[in-house]
Amino acid sequence: MSTEVEEKRVAKTGNEIVGEAMRQINPDTVCAYPITPQTDIVQNFSQYVADGEVDTEFVTVESEHSAMSACVGAAASGARAMTATAANGLALMWEVLYIASSTRLPIVMPVVNRALSAPINIHCDHSDAMGARDSGWIQLYGENAQEVYDNTIQAVRIAEHEDVRLPVMVNLDGFIISHAVENVNMMSDEAVQNFIGEYEPEFSLLNSEDPVTVGPLALQDFYFEFKKQQADAAENVADVVQEVGREYGERTGRSYGLFEEYRLDDAEVAVVALGSTTGTARHSVDKLRSEGVKAGLLKLRLFRPFPAREIAEALSGLEAVGVLDRADTFSTTGGPLFADIKSALYDVDPSVKPVNYIYGLGGRDIDEEEIASVYRELLEAADADRVESPVNYIGVRE
Amino acid sequence: MNLKDYARKEPRLSPGHRLCAGCAASTVARLIMSASENPAVVGCATGCLEVSTTIYPYTSWKDSFIHNAFENVAATISGVEAAYRSFRRQGKLDEDFDFIAFGGDGGTYDIGFQSLSGAIERGHDMVYVCYDNGAYMNTGIQRSSATPKGASTTTSPAGNEIPGKEQKRKEITDIVAAHGIEYAAQTAPWRPQDIIKKAEKAFAVQGPAFLNVLAPCPRGWRSENDKSIEISRVAADTCFWPLFEVEEGEWKLNYQPREKKPVTDWLEMQGRFDHLFQDENEHLLEDIQEQVDERWQMIKNRCGVEE
Repeated sequence: MSTEVEEKRVAKTGNEIVGEAMRQINPDTVCAYPITPQTDIVQNFSQYVADGEVDTEFVTVESEHSAMSACVGAAASGARAMTATAANGLALMWEVLYIASSTRLPIVMPVVNRALSAPINIHCDHSDAMGARDSGWIQLYGENAQEVYDNTIQAVRIAEHEDVRLPVMVNLDGFIISHAVENVNMMSDEAVQNFIGEYEPEFSLLNSEDPVTVGPLALQDFYFEFKKQQADAAENVADVVQEVGREYGERTGRSYGLFEEYRLDDAEVAVVALGSTTGTARHSVDKLRSEGVKAGLLKLRLFRPFPAREIAEALSGLEAVGVLDRADTFSTTGGPLFADIKSALYDVDPSVKPVNYIYGLGGRDIDEEEIASVYRELLEAADADRVESPVNYIGVRE
Repeated sequence: MNLKDYARKEPRLSPGHRLCAGCAASTVARLIMSASENPAVVGCATGCLEVSTTIYPYTSWKDSFIHNAFENVAATISGVEAAYRSFRRQGKLDEDFDFIAFGGDGGTYDIGFQSLSGAIERGHDMVYVCYDNGAYMNTGIQRSSATPKGASTTTSPAGNEIPGKEQKRKEITDIVAAHGIEYAAQTAPWRPQDIIKKAEKAFAVQGPAFLNVLAPCPRGWRSENDKSIEISRVAADTCFWPLFEVEEGEWKLNYQPREKKPVTDWLEMQGRFDHLFQDENEHLLEDIQEQVDERWQMIKNRCGVEE
């Protein structure tokens, strides 16, 4: 594929490459607090600040609650504002996440996905981001360091788009992506700046000619209208994500959409998953295909807002679909991704049988064979009249 | 400028807000704003001042204003000030701004304490103003760590077994001063020139400065609407609310009553202390007087005031 920008190939961990992306974005402010496994992002960025490689005002806040609070203040002042967090840090931000999105502030935040306590655990699952799924933030997921780098840069454009103006979480799997070294293609600093462009906020607290009031009290007479406008902005996100993903592809050769389909066209059974597990699942698909099984994969990139119709159309015609959730809702009705996929299918093709597999909590590994066994169970479900066990746990001791 | 000149300045907190009659918070906010010489960004913690001055689609603030949540006004203004510094460094802005954070005692002494302490330690250039009305007045008079001992509030009600709030109040001005900042002061609206002078000093500081301002609340204190300023004066004359400042570590007393009045003079103006005047609670009045005396003596010692 032809590309417009020169790139260099580097060996970096996920955290290192996110730090590099942040350096290249050169945000006006970064207000952040360290937490495993996000720590290197903040540490590396501190070094860029100390070495004068960025113009960023770096605010070493005393908690994640203050990190997001300061991001709100900075973004309302017209700054390109970034932070990064994980797990309990994201949970501590919870109150202010809603304020950031409802105030329509285009903050970009890498989230290094990690299990929520208790028991305390530092390893990967998606319970942190899933806990924030209704916070009004856009959520992008990446399979590897390359995608996380690309997503971080695109997130700026998506967040600041005039039809969107919403904050974005760029999710990367803790340790699996954040701490593993991979080969990554990096754009030049100039190419990144050209891609993201100059940020021109509509309002700023720091415009004395036109003072603004941000965060007023809105009661029964106006609150609902604020919320409807927010919902309308969410409706615009999918188009903008695709538009930005296409343009990014024109420049780098790596195009992005809402999700990626792998051998899905003629598949009979498929798996839907997020993050690094999709890399493993791809191997399972290849292996099963070589055995004559018509297996496919849908790797979801944009989880919030949820592109329900597009996903259901892509899954339409399958016999059964296995939804891999790296988080539980404890609702007894399955994981968060499962609930969304099931409801999307109901509207488009109720003949597809959805089956949920909750896996990998607290960093428990999932391997190719375990995912292959999911496909085999899906083949059985396809032949059965009804799904006997809609919610299943894999890789756990009973 | 004298007080008349200040009074003639265009108010930066407009009338028409919906604070209660007799509420001192608006008096305090207006005086603070009158001491600012630059355009400002005003942050406000959730509370009476916030909900009453920015009811959408109206605002009483002439300057830019941001409300984020209850416990994070200091962190929010940290972010605003960080953006400002970044823009100045990048040459995108060349105007001076004042950054002001207002919080009630709940948003300052209690839930916002961590955010405040963090912002002070980081050295953001801001003036933090606590309007201390001694309870969570916005939610209906619940006790805070600023509530004086003995006060009856809706979560420390005077009952048959427990005579109001049992604990003494936290001294936030001392705690903030202990961060080693350039300027921290305590003041009250009965002396507007004291508020203005201290606000001017606070604005002159390059870094964080802190003002703790007594703000009588007729609803919560069960006092007369037209007595708020008078109550704040009696608070100083009884030495319940001394006016002092801590400038680069030096403590200075700004008001010494000619004749120190008994604290009961202050307590009896407020219905929230009524139960203390029942015979069986006499010992509490003695305790409260003793605490006020101890505190007054401590402040005099720190300020190097001879007897």
